[in-house]
Amino acid sequence: MKILICLSNVPDTTTKIKFTGDNTQFDAAGVQWIINPWDELALTRALEIKETSGTTIEKVTVLTVGKADTEPTLRKALAIGADDAVRIDAEPKDAYQVAAQITGFVKEQPYDIILCGIESSDYNGSTVGGMLAEFLDSPSVSSVSGLFLENGQIRLNREIDGGQEVLETMIPFVAIVQKGIAKEPRIPSMRGIMMARSKPLTVKPAVAADELTGFTAFELPPPHAKCKMIDAENVGELVKVFRNELKII
Amino acid sequence: MDFNLTEEQLMIRQAAKDYAERELIKDVLERDAKGEFPWQHAKNLAELGFFGMMIDPKYGGGGMDTLSYILAIEEFSKIDAAMAVVISVHNSLVSYGVEKYGTEEQKEKYLPVLASGSRIGAFLLSEPEAGSDASYQKTTAEDKGDHYLLNGTKNWISNAGSGSVYIVMAHTHPELGHKGINAFIVEKEWAGISLAPHEDKMGLRSSDTHSVMFTDVKVPRENRIGADGFGFKYAMKMLEGGRMGIAAQATGIAAGAFERSLQYAQERKAFGKPIIEHQAIAFKLADMAVKLEAARNFVYKAAWLKDTGQPYGQASSMAKLYCADAAMEITTEAVQIHGGYGYVKEYHVERLMREAKVTQIYEGTSEIQRIVIARGLVR
Repeated sequence: MKILICLSNVPDTTTKIKFTGDNTQFDAAGVQWIINPWDELALTRALEIKETSGTTIEKVTVLTVGKADTEPTLRKALAIGADDAVRIDAEPKDAYQVAAQITGFVKEQPYDIILCGIESSDYNGSTVGGMLAEFLDSPSVSSVSGLFLENGQIRLNREIDGGQEVLETMIPFVAIVQKGIAKEPRIPSMRGIMMARSKPLTVKPAVAADELTGFTAFELPPPHAKCKMIDAENVGELVKVFRNELKII
Repeated sequence: MDFNLTEEQLMIRQAAKDYAERELIKDVLERDAKGEFPWQHAKNLAELGFFGMMIDPKYGGGGMDTLSYILAIEEFSKIDAAMAVVISVHNSLVSYGVEKYGTEEQKEKYLPVLASGSRIGAFLLSEPEAGSDASYQKTTAEDKGDHYLLNGTKNWISNAGSGSVYIVMAHTHPELGHKGINAFIVEKEWAGISLAPHEDKMGLRSSDTHSVMFTDVKVPRENRIGADGFGFKYAMKMLEGGRMGIAAQATGIAAGAFERSLQYAQERKAFGKPIIEHQAIAFKLADMAVKLEAARNFVYKAAWLKDTGQPYGQASSMAKLYCADAAMEITTEAVQIHGGYGYVKEYHVERLMREAKVTQIYEGTSEIQRIVIARGLVR
């Protein structure tokens, strides 16, 4: 069995977001790039399954759609423990174009288990995993918070309001995973870091697929309003603020 | 000049940072209060390979360069300088020496256990009456043919309790002065070794520091490092590298205090605005940033000299002298910026200030560094 993890290369979650070109482009200057946190958890769970399932899992591959500057992120995934990495040489534009690129690769080299993070922490599209499953004509399960392989059978847990669903699925399938899939991401070991360079990182040409959507402008949220303290006894003042300043009553 | 770190160095720094911010931070205050050795962290960091970072992969190490090690020590020290010194002593004073000057048999026997962290290393040079004057060794190693008989007391030994591979300096030929000193690999389990209680220190409280007593300890001849009389030179060589580790530790302590102060100064308000907008605080932070940058440049350059095969003793002493003073100054200002909050333990900066002090003292005091640097100038 082979596992594919679709990785997004995203700005560090503490990055101060800025835009250029009259708010039409993300300003990547000085940004530190990381593995999308949900994808990193997916990778962690895949490695846990590989380590505990004997020889059932042949390999864990990580894949990203991106230009050469995304390779350090892929090598970090190799340092954490992925067996090989694939970069599809295309600038990611929208979910359709990214899903089409991954589809092109998976049709050429099939995988049994495909894991996608529930969203990327930059554009929060939450669409690639579902589209990918559709393009591959595979079952897909969303919001997966538990993935288990027992006697060749897959069991998936989904968080639902007030409880949990337990599902089975045929193989191959796409799981769109969320928090809970693994406890916390792994820290690469020194040995892993040194071995990362000697693991295969294959660059594949992009397939023909144009984006269907495009950004016209970005808007940053307004700065946080100042906090105004009103004495608990002074209800009149509170009503005045609601009526005159906030205009909500 | 290329100031860019390699992809591996960036990954190593991030790995150390992640571990410190996720794990060390959780119990650092409690361990500081109780003076408890970080056993679980040592085990975790050993599994991640930080105990064998620079050891050749053929002995089970990571084969990494000195700068990678320096970056890791710096990151650990931002949060937990005690954990950092455990790793620093183990790597630069013990493992490096065995690898550089040990026989093949010594390397095969000791490097794999040091690399895996299953045995922690300690370096036993200081004595009750031999601190800065390291040549004034009272511990003796009497030559008995197939073995040496070790007698004496060592003081202020980091990792003495947690560690079990000791590098011990002792006089075999007192009449020859420092040329009569030998260095030995000694295992703590051998008969005749006893430890005094854990020292109750100002800082680095969860690193275990003891006096170690040797009474007729039989050390096999094959455990001597280098030729007869090489011990003092060996110790000085080890300290050249060790000082770089302490410089990195001091830089990390300073960086931890600076980062906390910068954040605090943007959040804390006084007279209607964040205190960073008051020039008195802004200028302090500017001065701290300058000193921190200089400290980093000192220690990274020393590491670069070592990695490129150039002499690094002078640079290492300069780095230790400067970084230790910078750490003391920056942490003191950090407490000042935090005001009353800086004086309580919860905000960490008072602990960082206590931890900074020892970097001016151990592995050669600031005064000794000046002697080394001055001698280097006229050589």
